Amino acid sequence: MARVVIRDLNKTFDGVHAVKDVNLEINDKEFVVLVGPSGCGKTTTLRMVAGLESITSGQILIADKIVNELPPMDRDIAMVFQNYALYPHMNVYDNMAFGLKMRRFGRAEIDTRVKAAAEILGIQAQLQRKPRQLSGGQRQRVALGRAIVRHPKVFLFDEPLSNLDAKLRVQMRVEIKKIHARLGTTAIYVTHDQIEAMTLGDRVVVMRDGVVQQVGEPLELYNAPANRFVAGFIGSPAMNFATVTIAADADGLLWANNEGIHIKLPAEVASRLRKHVGENVTLGIRPEDLRVASSSDPADVAFDATVEVVEKLGSEILLDVKVGPSMMAAAVEPTVLAKVRDQLRLALNPDRLYFFDGPTQAAI
Amino acid sequence: MAVSDVTTTSDTYAGSVRRWPITRLLEDERWLAFVLLLPTMVLLGLFIAYPFVKGVELSVTDAKVGVPGNFVGMQNFVVLLNDSIFRVAVWNTVVYTAVTTVFKLALGLWLALLLNRNFKGKALTRAFILLPFIIPTVLSTFAWKWMFDPTFSVINWTLFRLGLISSRINWLGDPNLALISVIVVNIWRGVPFYAISLLAGLQTINPELQDAAAIDGAKPWQRFWYVTWPLLLPVTLVVVLFSVIQTFADFQLVYVLTGGGPANATQLFATYAYQVGVGTGLLSQGAAISLAMFPVLLVVVIVQLLYIRRVETL
Amino acid sequence: MIEGAKWRRWAFFYIPLGAFIFTLLFPFYWMLVTAVRPDSELYRPWNAPNYAPFWTAHPTLDHITYLLQETLFSTWMLNTLLISVAATLISLFCGLLAGYALSRLKFRFAGMLGTAIFITYLVPQTLLFIPLADIVRNFRLGDTPWALILTYPTFLIPFCTWLLMGYFKAIPRELEECARIDGATRWQAMIHIIFPIAVPGILSAGIFAFTLSWNEFIYALVFLSSPTEKTVSVGVTSELIRGDVFYWGSLMAGALLGSIPVAFVYSFFVEYYVAGLTGAVKG
Repeated sequence: MARVVIRDLNKTFDGVHAVKDVNLEINDKEFVVLVGPSGCGKTTTLRMVAGLESITSGQILIADKIVNELPPMDRDIAMVFQNYALYPHMNVYDNMAFGLKMRRFGRAEIDTRVKAAAEILGIQAQLQRKPRQLSGGQRQRVALGRAIVRHPKVFLFDEPLSNLDAKLRVQMRVEIKKIHARLGTTAIYVTHDQIEAMTLGDRVVVMRDGVVQQVGEPLELYNAPANRFVAGFIGSPAMNFATVTIAADADGLLWANNEGIHIKLPAEVASRLRKHVGENVTLGIRPEDLRVASSSDPADVAFDATVEVVEKLGSEILLDVKVGPSMMAAAVEPTVLAKVRDQLRLALNPDRLYFFDGPTQAAI
Repeated sequence: MAVSDVTTTSDTYAGSVRRWPITRLLEDERWLAFVLLLPTMVLLGLFIAYPFVKGVELSVTDAKVGVPGNFVGMQNFVVLLNDSIFRVAVWNTVVYTAVTTVFKLALGLWLALLLNRNFKGKALTRAFILLPFIIPTVLSTFAWKWMFDPTFSVINWTLFRLGLISSRINWLGDPNLALISVIVVNIWRGVPFYAISLLAGLQTINPELQDAAAIDGAKPWQRFWYVTWPLLLPVTLVVVLFSVIQTFADFQLVYVLTGGGPANATQLFATYAYQVGVGTGLLSQGAAISLAMFPVLLVVVIVQLLYIRRVETL
Repeated sequence: MIEGAKWRRWAFFYIPLGAFIFTLLFPFYWMLVTAVRPDSELYRPWNAPNYAPFWTAHPTLDHITYLLQETLFSTWMLNTLLISVAATLISLFCGLLAGYALSRLKFRFAGMLGTAIFITYLVPQTLLFIPLADIVRNFRLGDTPWALILTYPTFLIPFCTWLLMGYFKAIPRELEECARIDGATRWQAMIHIIFPIAVPGILSAGIFAFTLSWNEFIYALVFLSSPTEKTVSVGVTSELIRGDVFYWGSLMAGALLGSIPVAFVYSFFVEYYVAGLTGAVKG
């Protein structure tokens, strides 16, 4: 059980600045997810915590001790790898026992721990099998078991579910969540899948190009993204963006305009955008905040759209529409009867509009 | 850094678990690499690098067995240039290498293509075909020497019975035939190596490519020429590189069959170096002959490696 | 494969393949027949009438008995076995460690050393045998098995290293990283995780090295002189020929028996041998 602190962490290799000034405090028992597109530095950060990469500058503390110089074997951590990294020449039992043997645990203690972990994961029947005789899901469980038996200070997960098929992935996600709830070990989890991040993390760290973009609880990231990147990355289908010009009318009301959109901004939003009048800003609307306009919708929160693609997902319909010069996605009721090339009028929820500064892309 | 310094004053560094100093040293990649490479470096240094230097040193003296020798500069090499036997040996080596390589490649490729089909007993056939390559060269060459025997040759017997010859052929005694005979035995020994290596290369080529080419309307030889051969080229080049070097420096086959004779008709670099350096005891002269191979080998290696790199990046 | 008419299969497949097999294996058959043929049949001129060279009606073990009782053949076999096994073990040991370092560790000159080892891999024995003979004499190793046990690794280590590097590179890095997180030192991860997984590669390298050692000739010819120290290849060449007289029966028996250990090892590990051969080429 331990706190993990990352201070001003930097990593450069071969002249590439892969991780830039990362600061992060992970509390005891907390489950933190690092998420971002590939090459964003999340895995490198995790590997520095594990001791598998050297630290260019900055500090990493585990349980309030600086571990910069400590080899991985002395950090008392456990890690689950993307391709499971099961030792192919050992059976499941020996795979799980290896870490304990290296730490010179007694035979009886090893046996108790391995059996206990196998029971938690439901792999008692496979203990004598070799990894190649196991299914993907079973391998994943063994990899988890190998981490559990050690009772480490920290669990590290490096995209552990990305090799599983979609159905199994959901199942294992739940499993990991349960195990964490049961053991309460501090965990750092790396993934590129924002759904995984949102469902698993107590807090989520969004990274891009080696820089932390935002740290927060899942809904905080969804509802109040710090910048356009986080807004676009969190949520599925992704947020729509359009460049609009902010204009004030004779009554002092603010409007967001472009060739296809002409909408009035509610007072609360307008107050924040007042100083951007006359500027180009990025407007963000989530697909789930768009709907087909009904006659009761006022004209100033709706706009015309041409349907280009219709994706019927069952629980909803995803429309790819052209609005003026830009493309947008709208998640609408499954009852909507829209066909390709139909002209529609879409209404939006004016309280759920996001605006991002033109040059800096930061949320306004 | 300055900011963090302030906040870290109260932090302590985690102590490593107590371990032997040597264990901690070996956690450093550089030290571990050094230790792991040490035995190899010592052996290769003592018995490759040092002999090479020593060989160069010998070749510029007039040392004989038991006589240390004095520095004579390039004299040994000058002698070689004017040595008609040396020139014959160079020519023989070039012919020997060139002719055997062409045949080994052609026959080996043919055999590989045959073996690449599916037929009963394929694994067994493949295992037996490699025999000429794995059986010690000297021993199998003796079988050939016996088959080439001037009086008791089974080859002559067969040809005679088939009515193809009426008088005996002196396979190893006739200067023109001797080189051909030596070449035949080398091809015999080398074809399995080519065939099995090229077969391995063939097996890495996705059979769907063949099917795709067939659907595109390519005839069998076109499928070979436009699909199989280009994909096989990198492996082929490496096989040829190895084979050329081994053949160029060949010794045992010729030593057993002809000893370089008759009248130096089959003399190669290595056999001549042996004859001069060990037979006659002219160490320095022998070392010079051996070393004369080096520039040729170096050029072969460099040209081939560059070519392989080019083909592989295509 | 698109199969053609039956005659085409014969013309383009069975007959050429049969010819290849016949040519490649005939010398071994000839060895066998000669080894058990009595001298009276052996030395009949090639154009003698009523002569059936491909078969013998009176097989004899005379040549083999002569070889085993009257010559040092069994000593040569033991010498060769000892030298080949020792040289192979040394080479595997060095090749394993060096191959691991070169394929897995980051350090300065790694690339340079890798290239250097590849180049020594290409150095033929005939290039260095004269100065090496001198060095062996200076180290007082001449005419002892050590002369070969220590020099054979010079062409075996580069081969083993190169082959094993290929195997090591194919092992996912994560396995080792996981072991190190599990509490293993780099050294322990290498011994407990990487080497056991590379066992097929080690077998391939070992078998290949063994056959190469057994096949080596020029070093053995030059470094050894006492009849009791010789290896099979050299012993057969120098001791079974008296002047111009070849004892063909015993020679062929020697060639046959001398090939058996290699053929034996080979027959048990064909797949590994082929993997070694092709792995060595692929690099």
